Amino acid sequence: MSLLTVEGLEARHGLLHAVRGVDLALDEGETLALVGANGAGKTTLLRAIAGAHRAAAGRIRFAGADITTLPAHRRVKLGIALVPEGRRLFTGMTVEENLLVAAGRGRAGGGTLATVLEAFPQLRPKLKARAGDLSGGQQQAAAIARALMSNPRLLLLDEVSLGLSPVAVDQLYLSLQTLLAGGATIVLVEQDLGRALRVASRVVCLLEGRVTYAGAAGETTRERVMDAYFGLSGAPDATAGGR
Amino acid sequence: MIFLNQILQGLFLGAYYALIACSLSFLFGVMRIINLAHGSLAVLAAFLLFVLADRFGLSPWLGLIAVVPVMAALGWVLQVLVLERSLKGGLLVPLLSTFGLAIVVDNLLFEGFGADTRSLAPAIGDLAFASWTLSDDVTIGQLDVIILVAAITVLGGLQLFLARTRLGRTIRATAEEPEIVGLIGIDSRAVYALATAIALALAAIAGAFLGLRATFNPYSGGMQLLFAFEAVVIGGFGSLWGTLIGGIVLGIAQNLGAFITPHGFLIAGHGFFLAVLIARLYLAPLADRVRRRGRKVVAA
Amino acid sequence: MSGAGDLGGNDPRVERWTPRAALFVAAALAMLGVLAFGPALFSAGVTERLSELFIYVVLAVMWNVLAGYGGLVSVGQQAFFGLGAYVAIRLSAAGVSVYPALALAALVVGGLALPIGEVMLRLAGGEFAIGMWVVAELAHLLVNLDPLVQGETGTSLIALDAFGVAARRADTYWAALAAMTLLLALVFLMLRGRLGTALQAIRDDDVAAASIGVRVLATKRVVFVLAAAGAALAGALWLATAITFQPRAYFSVQWTAYMIFMTLVGGLGTFEGPVIGALLFFAVETAFGASGVWYLVGLGAAALGFALFAPRGVWGAFAARFSPRLLPLGYHVVTPRHGVLGGREDT
Repeated sequence: MSLLTVEGLEARHGLLHAVRGVDLALDEGETLALVGANGAGKTTLLRAIAGAHRAAAGRIRFAGADITTLPAHRRVKLGIALVPEGRRLFTGMTVEENLLVAAGRGRAGGGTLATVLEAFPQLRPKLKARAGDLSGGQQQAAAIARALMSNPRLLLLDEVSLGLSPVAVDQLYLSLQTLLAGGATIVLVEQDLGRALRVASRVVCLLEGRVTYAGAAGETTRERVMDAYFGLSGAPDATAGGR
Repeated sequence: MIFLNQILQGLFLGAYYALIACSLSFLFGVMRIINLAHGSLAVLAAFLLFVLADRFGLSPWLGLIAVVPVMAALGWVLQVLVLERSLKGGLLVPLLSTFGLAIVVDNLLFEGFGADTRSLAPAIGDLAFASWTLSDDVTIGQLDVIILVAAITVLGGLQLFLARTRLGRTIRATAEEPEIVGLIGIDSRAVYALATAIALALAAIAGAFLGLRATFNPYSGGMQLLFAFEAVVIGGFGSLWGTLIGGIVLGIAQNLGAFITPHGFLIAGHGFFLAVLIARLYLAPLADRVRRRGRKVVAA
Repeated sequence: MSGAGDLGGNDPRVERWTPRAALFVAAALAMLGVLAFGPALFSAGVTERLSELFIYVVLAVMWNVLAGYGGLVSVGQQAFFGLGAYVAIRLSAAGVSVYPALALAALVVGGLALPIGEVMLRLAGGEFAIGMWVVAELAHLLVNLDPLVQGETGTSLIALDAFGVAARRADTYWAALAAMTLLLALVFLMLRGRLGTALQAIRDDDVAAASIGVRVLATKRVVFVLAAAGAALAGALWLATAITFQPRAYFSVQWTAYMIFMTLVGGLGTFEGPVIGALLFFAVETAFGASGVWYLVGLGAAALGFALFAPRGVWGAFAARFSPRLLPLGYHVVTPRHGVLGGREDT
């Protein structure tokens, strides 16, 4: 049985119809890369799964339970964690406080400072620093570490490499690889298509709120994704969209 | 040394202002709401203590044990019924709704207690006027010292609570990123309700000292709100120790004003507040620093 | 993707004056014409009450200009109300004849509001709200220092004694009616002009407004001074109806409570709302009169309830449902196919 099932999901931003009838299914241990142009609805989709954005229609099931109307903090308890776009740390607090404030609120057997720092050793010397004073890469690491404190079964990562130096991104993905080796289930939004294809086991492309491509990463070529990205492929949804 | 005595009395008065101001500042720090009913709610607590003392002979000190939880519960209700809805309504609604609430509270108190001026001082016997005489002109009231100690204890306690405890961290995180805390498992509505409960519990303590050191009537709330606000602004929004300094400076300004002319007490207080505002606006670098401090929310 | 094809050959029109608006404006003007003969038509009591109603309308409309259009919630407008009455007394004592002194007082207080606004308008939201209350308290205390006022004892507009009772009643009525008409017309013209557009932009988002070149502070300054002068005129007129001036009564925060009640209940940010709010307030006051405290509890509760559950007030809710468009304010796009559109387009 799938860990996460999304059926016919719709979400709106005021008048903007950001997500239009998206279906997804994700098994435990899979890594799904969500790709698509800016404004394709990737962030809204992640936020809807995490409960930070209300679903206008459709169903979201997680580990067998219908969570469509559950508030975000209750979904954290079930094991969903979102690392939001822009990191959104508590910049006035120390790194340690950022991590501790998230402790003990998630799934039973939640992360401790020690276990999380194992995945992100670069944070160890920065524990007492104000989160706002960290570099971009360190902030991103802290944001992921904060999400891990809830011991999630499903980790949602929104644009983790945005605005970071290539070196910082490499280091970040190295840490992610360790997580993946540990069997984590991840949905990640990533602008860098090459990187997404390397990390993910499956790729889903969104265009104007609809799925225009879905396939295993191994069978996915760059060209195939680029076509779906711009709505050029023969996928039936691509031509139907755009009202 | 009458002059010195005025400054000393101003300091003690300022300690009371810091007490009434800290919960206004705290709630603003957490929810970005200025509660216009703040003064009226503190006066409500004073009336509750008055009833306990007058009808049941309960000392205000013991009365607080009952009134603080009652006010905290009222804070919870206030959040659920009024503030939560106000927050969704944009910038103006919290001001309008809490102002409406202040009018309701004031006039209900008037309906229940009439226009008479009350005090809690009779309920604490000799302590109300007991003092130590340092010289011919300088005396220190024992109650004043208690208020100063209470102010430092309350402000310090709040500070420690926010800095060191898990709940304090949760409140600070929610204050900083209310839309994000849900993603790490925090129910921001519950945090807001808790913060409002704490704010009203603190307002109850301030109300007790208002009644002990002076008199109050059903319409005293507005003026207490103004004093609290002035202390907070003078001290810099969001900084708790700044609030203590702000309260003390305000108290001293008022006492020096009274020293100059009998009408000078309030004029000097309001005038000093406006002078601080103007100085901030026209001394730009200073204004910048104050704004940065204001952003840091409740942390010192 | 609704494009030009949807509309075919019929271009949409933009309209402002509709036949209904023209009819309504004509009816309103006709009513004002009838009201002008008030003192001859109504009893002494009714004339006095109507004078008070006109002052309420002024208060509500002026507070609405400040909060509804400028986004500035002040709980200290009693400062200008009290100062208006006080300056009128001072001018009259200095030999200015009484009724011109009322108008002049409004202008003087409008001038005083300039430097006050200079400081207060830089405060945000709640700070502005309470800061204005501090200004009102300070104004009250300073006025008390004037030997002419004698502290809380107060004084009265002695010059009015020179008039006969009936003449005074009629003159005050006309002054109040003229003030209300003038200010309504002024606000109306303001909303139709460039300032109205700027205000709407600021109310929606003042950072965005600034970025498209709206001079936010300058626009707020105009609104602040107008609201101050209007409240001052109301205070001066109230003095003409009451004759006595006791600072405590004029500088009471209750005046602001009335303004907030009228504006909120009628409809914040609409032209018609505060007028309807003033009529409702007047009706409630007439019905429950001086039954005192519960009446005030009711006002506060109503303000609280409307702020929370019906922030657009009676008129706002009505207009949203029926879009009556009784006044030629705003522009409405008419397309032949869909009738009148609100200008929303989902693309």
